[in-house]
Amino acid sequence: MTWNNDWRRVRAIAWKDLTTERRSKAGFNGVVALGVTILVLFGFALGPDAQAMRDASAGVLWLAALFAAVLAFNRSYQVELESGALEQLLLYPGSRWTIYTGKLLANLAFVGLMLVIVVPVGIVLYQVSVPATWPALLGVLALGATGICTLGTFYASMSSRSRAREVLLPLLLFPMLVPALLAAMQASKALLNGDMMHEAGAWTKLLVAYDVIFLIATHLAFEHVIEA
Amino acid sequence: MAEPTSDFAIDAQGVARRFGTRWVLRGVTLRVSPGETVGLLGANGSGKSTLLRICGTLLRPSAGAVNVFGHDVVREADAVRARIGFLTHSPGLYDDLTARENLEFAASMLGIASADVDRALERVELTYAANERVRGFSAGMERRLSVARLLLSKPQVLLLDEPYSNLDAAGIAMMSGIIAELVRGGGAALVVLHELAPAAGILTRTVTIQNGRESTAAGVA
Amino acid sequence: MTSLPTQWIPPKPGRWPLFGASALGLLIAGQALGVLASPPDRDMGDLEKIIYVHVPAAWVMSVTFAIVMYYSLRYLWKRDERDDLAAASAAEVGTVLNALTLTLGMIFAKPTWGVWWTWDARLTSTLVLFLIFVGYLSLRGFVDDPERRAQWSAAVGILGAINVGIVYMSVRWWRTLHQVQSSPDTVDSIYVLALRVNAFAFLFLMIYFVRRRYESMCLERAADHAAEAAALRT
Repeated sequence: MTWNNDWRRVRAIAWKDLTTERRSKAGFNGVVALGVTILVLFGFALGPDAQAMRDASAGVLWLAALFAAVLAFNRSYQVELESGALEQLLLYPGSRWTIYTGKLLANLAFVGLMLVIVVPVGIVLYQVSVPATWPALLGVLALGATGICTLGTFYASMSSRSRAREVLLPLLLFPMLVPALLAAMQASKALLNGDMMHEAGAWTKLLVAYDVIFLIATHLAFEHVIEA
Repeated sequence: MAEPTSDFAIDAQGVARRFGTRWVLRGVTLRVSPGETVGLLGANGSGKSTLLRICGTLLRPSAGAVNVFGHDVVREADAVRARIGFLTHSPGLYDDLTARENLEFAASMLGIASADVDRALERVELTYAANERVRGFSAGMERRLSVARLLLSKPQVLLLDEPYSNLDAAGIAMMSGIIAELVRGGGAALVVLHELAPAAGILTRTVTIQNGRESTAAGVA
Repeated sequence: MTSLPTQWIPPKPGRWPLFGASALGLLIAGQALGVLASPPDRDMGDLEKIIYVHVPAAWVMSVTFAIVMYYSLRYLWKRDERDDLAAASAAEVGTVLNALTLTLGMIFAKPTWGVWWTWDARLTSTLVLFLIFVGYLSLRGFVDDPERRAQWSAAVGILGAINVGIVYMSVRWWRTLHQVQSSPDTVDSIYVLALRVNAFAFLFLMIYFVRRRYESMCLERAADHAAEAAALRT
């Protein structure tokens, strides 16, 4: 019975986050714009040699996704803190992890939508040819985004309520994401080159393990970090 | 010091709370019985809100214990939350959602049917603005909406932090009416007040927080 | 019923200084064994002796992560702030060991390959873990409320410790799935006994330093508690 309650709460929070984000349009557009800007800047850093850019495209794409996603994570909690809504969330009886899951799902949708725009732009800018293995590539994108959003949503719940919040989130998050980023970048790179399916498979397995481990760990830890 | 019992709606024993080395509350003992509406008075920074927040599970006491209808606020926090209605100083509403959507969100979080949402909106006389975004609301309207949210959970114990602020005469009457109604049904209310006047008609007694401790007045003049 | 920690007695040094002195002695013996007793490596000459500090430091650093994880879990379970202080002490000592490992790795790299840094698996993993440690310590620096700091540190410490193995694994795959550079720790001429002695020496020294740091942190907190209790009486 409480399972139904919990999932209803998760859905409510995810819906609430996405609706408030949708209605204050500035947020999503800004995040997408940032992602594209980063792609352009990296283009300047690597180019104008087209081959160099093509070789680095997988890595650059993930970095652009990461930096753009960080903005989304901070915004996710900002709306709660601005109006004192976080306290209200804590006043509802029920499991705390539902707050985390709801926000995680909303962030996943947000980041996913952002990738839907930024990835094709990257493919065009970096003159990457879409490989036959693109469904697998979508899978890697989903898994990588999950890893980033899991720890991002978790750490943002703390960083948004501390001093130096702009510094603290990347400082905590980026080193922790190294395995996920490595796996996502290497798997993407392999898939973009079409060959070496076996290599991508190994990295994907690592990514899945990483996601599962940290999804569980963050859900268990959330109630300890959300209290006032 | 007696161990808290369940006869009281709110039973606070020796509650102390510090922020750093500053002790805001130094051992407050307070008992609110069902049917009582107790006003909490005191100067700014005297710790009234802090005491209220401890009773409402938003803060942990540094020492002492509080029971709400027999449930400890630290160990049985969820049981306490299910029984209280807490009105915070800041409305805690989502500006980009409409009034109705804010309440529907609360209803989902509480597990309550959405029919109650319309009833709550009626009770606070906000039906006319149900589909407007909170961003355009006046402070008084936000206050009313917060009260509507409070009503959704049908609380037994009301914990109200300066509920009359931003309300006009009609609003004050509405607030007092709602408090009286809920208390009559066997509940209790603890109300932090800046000034006595708006609540004079419904208070059973007042308690003043001074120097981190309570001093009581037997009744209200 | 929560009661004030009026009886907050900080832990006493006891026989720990003796332990520390013994650990130091063991280290000296281990270094002597490594430096004097083992023959110079045919490729790297005497530089290879750095192994006897570099490898033990790296290994013991991983042990400190485990200690951080243990005390962080314990804190979340029991909410005893001394567990939080123990975790923080281990993290600080671990960061120092980490910096030592990195520095030695770089000192080794320069004469061997002519560059200060190689993206070798072990060195890179150590750098990533260093950044994770730094994140943990920064978080503690940015949070003033002791209870919140303890709770948040515990969560971050546990997540970081969980990631240690995953980081090592992923960075090593990254290096080995493509062409490989020879690792600086080729085991050819390592004198295993010396390595073991030094490893234990470092382990004991680490435990000693963590204990001393823990004692000093407890003293600071005891002073805070005394100040709080005094403020309550005024």
